[in-house]
Amino acid sequence: MFAHEFFRNAFLAGSVIALACGLVGYFVVLRAQVFAGDALSHVAFTGALAAAAAGIDTRIGLFAATVAIALVLGGIGERAGGDDVTIGIIFAWVLGLGVLCLALFSTGSGGGNGLLGARELFGSIFGLSAADARLAALVAVAVIVCVLAIARPLLFASVDPSVAAARGVPVRALGLAFLALLGVTAAEATQAVGALLLLGLLAAPAGAAHRLTADPYRALALSAVLALLAMWLGLAISYAVPSLPPSTAVIAVAAAIYVLAYLLTATRPTRTPSDSAPAGSGLGRRPDPAHAVGRELD
Amino acid sequence: MPIASALAEAGPSLDLISDVRQLTAFPFMVNALEAGTIVAVMAGVVGWFMVLRRQTFAGHTLSVMAFPGATGALLVGLSAAAGYFVFSGFAALVIGAAARSETRGSRSQESAVTGTVQAFGLACGFLFLSLYQGVLANYESLLFGSFLGITRGQVLVLAIVAALTLCLLAIGGRPLLFASLDEGVARAHGVPTRALALAFLLLLGLAVAETAQITGVLLVFALLVAPPATAQLITPRIGLSLLLSVIIGVLITWVGLALAYFYDYPVGFYITTSALVVYVVARVARAALERPTLLRREVGREVPVARAEA
Repeated sequence: MFAHEFFRNAFLAGSVIALACGLVGYFVVLRAQVFAGDALSHVAFTGALAAAAAGIDTRIGLFAATVAIALVLGGIGERAGGDDVTIGIIFAWVLGLGVLCLALFSTGSGGGNGLLGARELFGSIFGLSAADARLAALVAVAVIVCVLAIARPLLFASVDPSVAAARGVPVRALGLAFLALLGVTAAEATQAVGALLLLGLLAAPAGAAHRLTADPYRALALSAVLALLAMWLGLAISYAVPSLPPSTAVIAVAAAIYVLAYLLTATRPTRTPSDSAPAGSGLGRRPDPAHAVGRELD
Repeated sequence: MPIASALAEAGPSLDLISDVRQLTAFPFMVNALEAGTIVAVMAGVVGWFMVLRRQTFAGHTLSVMAFPGATGALLVGLSAAAGYFVFSGFAALVIGAAARSETRGSRSQESAVTGTVQAFGLACGFLFLSLYQGVLANYESLLFGSFLGITRGQVLVLAIVAALTLCLLAIGGRPLLFASLDEGVARAHGVPTRALALAFLLLLGLAVAETAQITGVLLVFALLVAPPATAQLITPRIGLSLLLSVIIGVLITWVGLALAYFYDYPVGFYITTSALVVYVVARVARAALERPTLLRREVGREVPVARAEA
């Protein structure tokens, strides 16, 4: 397998991006922000199209758009988390803007199929050049370093925002920083391996890790390992079965991991750290006193 | 999509009557207006419950199932509608089952499951697309709709589905509302909250699947979220809020279609932009009205108060 250069490139970029997605994904799931990640990956699409329509480098458009929208989502959402209605409305508008850019782009580039051109903006993982792979790996490593650097206060701020704020943790700033980081991850992953892979790698391994262990640091590490496992297995399967697209294979493995974790833990109640948070995700759930007492007795 | 501006004799004259006459001069535009109105009414009501139940992500995931539905149906040789219903029904069942098996309060697992389901659905779509050797002709209209190619038959089917959806909601609306506002109390009163949650997701899937065929994934999502969210910002009264949601949705659709008719850009852009504008205006107005209570909010910040629902 490794004799082919395209596979080595995919392996390098895929592994580092999977690690970054696993780590970021742990917090995304903990903060119930998978929807924000999904929205940001579509923002990347609009950003790249807008840059293409305006004739500037698509990479600048990608990163600028995702980070800007991430900050907007954090800025107007509750507790810098971005509630789902705000995300939904901005998401829909950004997609609408994308259609407009698509129309501008396809008329601007002298006819031709606009969407086909747009799809070329987004590489497939087996189509990465060595330079692309190196760049993707560098950005992903930077994301990993940033996540690990803010992991401790971010964990505190995610699990119990009010206590964290009382202890002097900058909850709001952390929320914004995390969303910006999510934006960078979305932009890089979308461009290198596709929006589809990003969503699957954010949600499935982290969801499985949350089910399997309640210990936050163990879950964080497990999430990264599971994401890496899904990526490697998926790439190998896709190499063995040529008619299977790599992204489909990776997502299928990731989903299988989640189902396995679900089956393993279906009989016992899950205990994620967010259970103890009063309004875990800032989504307006009232704490259930009976539930809280029951957990104390566990 | 340069739509109809070639057909439009001139720009809008700002004379409402002559503008409307110009808009309804072509049958395709009449069909589009009718379909848009039906969709807006249905989305306004179904979306109202969706926003109340904070299931926007689930709604988006169900609408995305149109992609594997269409490509899968193409591969097997079924009609696209059958594919849509199979996939969105299946996704609704998985999301509903995952949500019900959770102890309450873990939004995070629900969001992880929804994300996984969406990614897996899309992955299936890509697989079908690569297995299908031919070219998927209406790739773009799948995402962004083919609002202007709607036939009479499609309008009729839409009307039937919308009537069915609204009837079901009229029957189950009261217990659903109860369960959405206060699940614990509703359950204590013997309301089957879990069955209702699952039934609502299936209904949402049905409404979205039918609508997405004509308006595209993008438009149905805009109409599902923005009008109800705006209406719930404006008034806490349930009946009024539902009515407002429908009215806002219909107005947004008409304005969007009219703008797309007179000017050269896609319908999707106009509808989503007017939806955003309406929501932002409502939100700013509300913030301005609430300013005197700033002090109370500062004091209340330490205690995690449940946000007043609608």
